[in-house]
Amino acid sequence: MATTVIPFGPQHPVLPEPVHLTLKVEDEIVKEAIPALGYVHRGLEKLADIRDFHQMINVCERVCGICSMIHGTCYSESIEELMGIEVTDRAKLLRVIWSELHRSHSHLLWLGLFADAFGFESLFMQFWKVRERIMDINEATTGSRVIVSVNVIGGVRADLSPEQIRWILSEIEIVEKEVKAIQDTIMNDYTVKSRTVGVGVMTKEQAWELGAAGPTLRGSGVAQDMRQQGYGGYSFLDFEPVVETAGDCWARSTVRFREVLQSIDLVRQAIAKLPEGELAVKIKGNPPEGEVYHRVEQPRGECVYYIRGNGTKNLDRLRIRTPTFANIPPLLAMLPECELADVPVIVLSIDPCISCTER
Amino acid sequence: MQGKVIDVTLDTVVGEVMNMKNDGQRLVTFSTYQEGDKIGILYHFDKNLETTHLRLLADMDKPIPSVSGVYFAALLVENEIRDQWNVEFDGLVLDFNRTLLLDPEVTQVPLVSNVKIEPKK
Repeated sequence: MATTVIPFGPQHPVLPEPVHLTLKVEDEIVKEAIPALGYVHRGLEKLADIRDFHQMINVCERVCGICSMIHGTCYSESIEELMGIEVTDRAKLLRVIWSELHRSHSHLLWLGLFADAFGFESLFMQFWKVRERIMDINEATTGSRVIVSVNVIGGVRADLSPEQIRWILSEIEIVEKEVKAIQDTIMNDYTVKSRTVGVGVMTKEQAWELGAAGPTLRGSGVAQDMRQQGYGGYSFLDFEPVVETAGDCWARSTVRFREVLQSIDLVRQAIAKLPEGELAVKIKGNPPEGEVYHRVEQPRGECVYYIRGNGTKNLDRLRIRTPTFANIPPLLAMLPECELADVPVIVLSIDPCISCTER
Repeated sequence: MQGKVIDVTLDTVVGEVMNMKNDGQRLVTFSTYQEGDKIGILYHFDKNLETTHLRLLADMDKPIPSVSGVYFAALLVENEIRDQWNVEFDGLVLDFNRTLLLDPEVTQVPLVSNVKIEPKK
């Protein structure tokens, strides 16, 4: 059988992420996939040399727009750990509220794109319509829809008033109702299942060995979520990771769908336990010499920050390992032996974010 | 830093990484930093949310044994280190030869100051 080489990306009608894959195909069956990154590489880690550690929050938030809040939280918590700063409980729980709103709008965005990838455009529009309510909450409470920029070293810069809290609770109740109304379509519809069940299967052992992260890991039956560590405000909340065992595209989409409802529950829990207190503690001096390794759970999975302080306003080293970077080797294991028509669905099933990968 | 840190050398790194795999540890990623004219590499592992780090301090101008034969997922981060620090890895399963993230004509190593390199042909 002759081998055909098909270049997939970096610009492709069904893949809104600039990743390039060289696909070696025989009779419309993919035999090998080789990635090429670097199309949008920005070298943001290098900026730690010339931006002071306060300014770097804004840089970290721009690693990725969709999970900007969680990048900012991870960076802030890393610096706070290095400097020995204890953030107030109110600030910790406010970070959780905005982080979970980010997770739910990220998953709703992805669910829409996923539906679009297998040609279900009305489902795509339904998910994005629901997502707009979350974006409105972000805009009303922080001033921005996507990059909310509420983190500062030592806490947060924005607060929620009692009126805003009541409004958020009523909005997320509507979101929950509207999401549940779509549940049967994304999880049980024949056309959705025919494009996702048994497609891009990755076993539990493969997921573990290849270092998969987030819903890609949990969709293969591994119950691991960094929120289990109880970092920040998560130590106050009841939480169990969402797990599916099939390891296919359907399982990964189901994990994300159920995590939207879980995020709504976590927002409610955080609001119920929100104490009075200062928003941020005052910071004196620069980060001391030392190193910190900190992990958080982003919508796409485990995100790792490694920082080294040297006593000056600049960091010696800032290293960011984003979840999509971890999920590319698993993707290379999922693609061989799949049909060419399933490539966009499988690639999208890891929720690729090349902006994160090429920070 | 949270987690246990184990020091390794160029001779022992692959064996220690193999021990980690046999222990059921998941390779999370590597982190790198510069210390004088040496590169520090931290290999981060996870098992049941407990972290273990292997710390290797090596010369930048000498090849480092690749662990991508043990953990396939290491290929991406080793290629990234190759791009950003111009450090070579021996036995890398898929070697992009400093073009994973950078264009072939790039001559400035991003994370090492004042080091110029020949463009790729």
